[in-house]
Amino acid sequence: MRIALFADIHANRQAFEACLAQAREFAAERTVLLGDYVGYGADPDWTVTTVMELVDKGAIAVLGNHDSAIGNPREQMNVEARIAIDWTRGELGAEQRRFLAGLPLDRVDGERLYVHSEASNPSAWIYVTSAYEASRSLSFNPAQITFCGHIHRPAIYSMSPTAKMTAFTPTTGAAVPLLQGRRWLAVLGSVGQPRDGNPAACFAMFDTDKRELTYCRVPYDVEQAVAAIRKKGLPRWLADRLLVGQ
Amino acid sequence: MAKPLHEPGLVLDGFRLEDVAHRGGMAAVWRVTRPDVTTPMLMKVPRIDEGTDPAAIVSFEMEQMILPRLTGPHVPKCIAVGDFARQPYIALECIPGKSLFARLAELPLPYEAVAEIGAKVARALDDIHRQHVVHLDVKPSNIMFRPSGDAVLIDFGLSHHDQLPDLMQEEFRVPLGTAPYMSPEQLRGVRNDPRSDLFALGVLLYFFSTGTRPFGGRETIRAMRRRLWRDPIPPRRLRPDYPPWLQEIVLRCLEIEPGYRYPTAAQLAFDLTHHDAVKLTARSEKLKRDRFTTVLRRRFNKELTRPSRTALATHISSSPIIAVAIDLSEGSKAINDALRVTTDRILATLPSARLACVNVLKQGRITIDFTLDEHGHNKQIDRLVALRHWAAPIRLDERRLTAHVLEAVDPAAAILDFAKSNSIDHILIGARQNSLLRTLLGSVSAKVAAEAQCTVTVVRPPPTADDDAAPAEKNPAPLSAAGGKR
Repeated sequence: MRIALFADIHANRQAFEACLAQAREFAAERTVLLGDYVGYGADPDWTVTTVMELVDKGAIAVLGNHDSAIGNPREQMNVEARIAIDWTRGELGAEQRRFLAGLPLDRVDGERLYVHSEASNPSAWIYVTSAYEASRSLSFNPAQITFCGHIHRPAIYSMSPTAKMTAFTPTTGAAVPLLQGRRWLAVLGSVGQPRDGNPAACFAMFDTDKRELTYCRVPYDVEQAVAAIRKKGLPRWLADRLLVGQ
Repeated sequence: MAKPLHEPGLVLDGFRLEDVAHRGGMAAVWRVTRPDVTTPMLMKVPRIDEGTDPAAIVSFEMEQMILPRLTGPHVPKCIAVGDFARQPYIALECIPGKSLFARLAELPLPYEAVAEIGAKVARALDDIHRQHVVHLDVKPSNIMFRPSGDAVLIDFGLSHHDQLPDLMQEEFRVPLGTAPYMSPEQLRGVRNDPRSDLFALGVLLYFFSTGTRPFGGRETIRAMRRRLWRDPIPPRRLRPDYPPWLQEIVLRCLEIEPGYRYPTAAQLAFDLTHHDAVKLTARSEKLKRDRFTTVLRRRFNKELTRPSRTALATHISSSPIIAVAIDLSEGSKAINDALRVTTDRILATLPSARLACVNVLKQGRITIDFTLDEHGHNKQIDRLVALRHWAAPIRLDERRLTAHVLEAVDPAAAILDFAKSNSIDHILIGARQNSLLRTLLGSVSAKVAAEAQCTVTVVRPPPTADDDAAPAEKNPAPLSAAGGKR
């Protein structure tokens, strides 16, 4: 089975549409959404509605910290994220807000675990920035393969049977076999706000038969996404950073 | 000795185990058969029991990831992989014959034979480097040959793949490799520099041509670390008749700083197959090792052998071999000037690129050709001089420039063959618009562009007023039997 995984869409309609089209071309049979559908971007209502439709058709979706902040104003955030979330709250319909509030923190799918951030304590929204957090995430959760997002930079960590960790930055388009003998944590890049210096939208395809994970980069109409953010009067940096992928 | 897990006759995923071909410390290698496969096969099964070195398992995992991703004649074909959840194994093509290790008793070998072996191994290394893999354990026992003569690299258990997680990197803090062949940067834990394989090949060339290992055979870390600052005894000191071109090549491979070695395996293969074109530097004449002050400077210079940060693919693509086909017949000045402009433009961006200037000395199909022309000049040498004269304005360092005169009946075929056997990355060739020869015989540049396996740039001279006025057929260029390319 081919699974398409999307993380950190952040209400970027142009990027999400481009990634969905690419995933259809790759004949994805299942869709997994790893949280943070809203925040930062200009199209939260469209994005959440699209996610709801995908879930109706069998997609799996988990909760991100920005999604949680919609119904939970005490969630810790930086100033720009806070401004964007306060604005987003007024954009979403009741049905969309109910949907976000009902999302689970994590989901198990066979040998795979889907979660937004570090998995040992998902509601703490810890960033997996190094082998240290990856090792904690893998130690406190029995899943063979964990997929997460949150940090907006692609990375693959593995843990050997003797608990040795390796870290790796995947190359776009090069399939990485996730070997049976060890446990894996795959951190996805962001669909809607990449921060690894590459402005192209990022998602991943996982082939469960070959156990191969491929990171994909999709160029999209960044200018339009930037113009939409400016038009809504959101902080300027949220628009500008999309141009440089930071 | 642990109880053997497998016995002859056992069938594993359709493979029938016949007998043990080799039993090593880390894995057993079985000869296997499968009804639907006619070629001989081997199955590598790792030893997994209590006390198994974790390195053995990780190394096996690396090979399981890398081998199925490699293709071509220079690696054994991977047929199937069994995962660690059930029974780990790798089923692969069995390369008949013995490894280079079997020839150790014959050392030292004749210089020409060493160069030939070296060129074959360098071509194999070039092939796997282009497939994003650094072998990191190049040594005689890991090199075999197909009946076609192609070298085959085996055992990728210590290798690094630029696009896959390096499971070895984080796992072990000790240097990985085979002591006598390990490069200085490998000793420091650098695993992604393809020039480490060129160093190991340099050790092999030194050993095979002198009968002595350049850094000895000792395996202590202390003994190995000396190569971080101490250069080997020049081969000419051991064998007074050692050819300067071979010493130049071998010592360049053994440079401590990877940046001073050949930038790519293809460039090394090129020099090993064109001895007479090797630029002889001070290296070729050395009889003594480097001075004590030089050694001391290296000893305390931390900059040397610092990890390289460039991706393998970037490294290789920045050091291409470019061949430019030059027509030396009458009336080709405009096209040759245009070729020089294009060559200059390409070389300007690539400081590690090499340029091979090629001319075809056309042979008659029936007549016997003489090397000397009617005035007693050697045509070959005249052409070489002319090629160097063409290249002079580019002001290229001599180490990056070679000139070649190919004798052939069919110029296009000769250029294509030269490109293939020398791993040329890019051919530059001129096309004349208005030529009777082109009309009569077909275009050389068109054939080269259509059939070459590498990139081809067809260069045309800038249009002149004449071209617009006269149609092609009515404006034939001077007919010249010695013409190579149009």
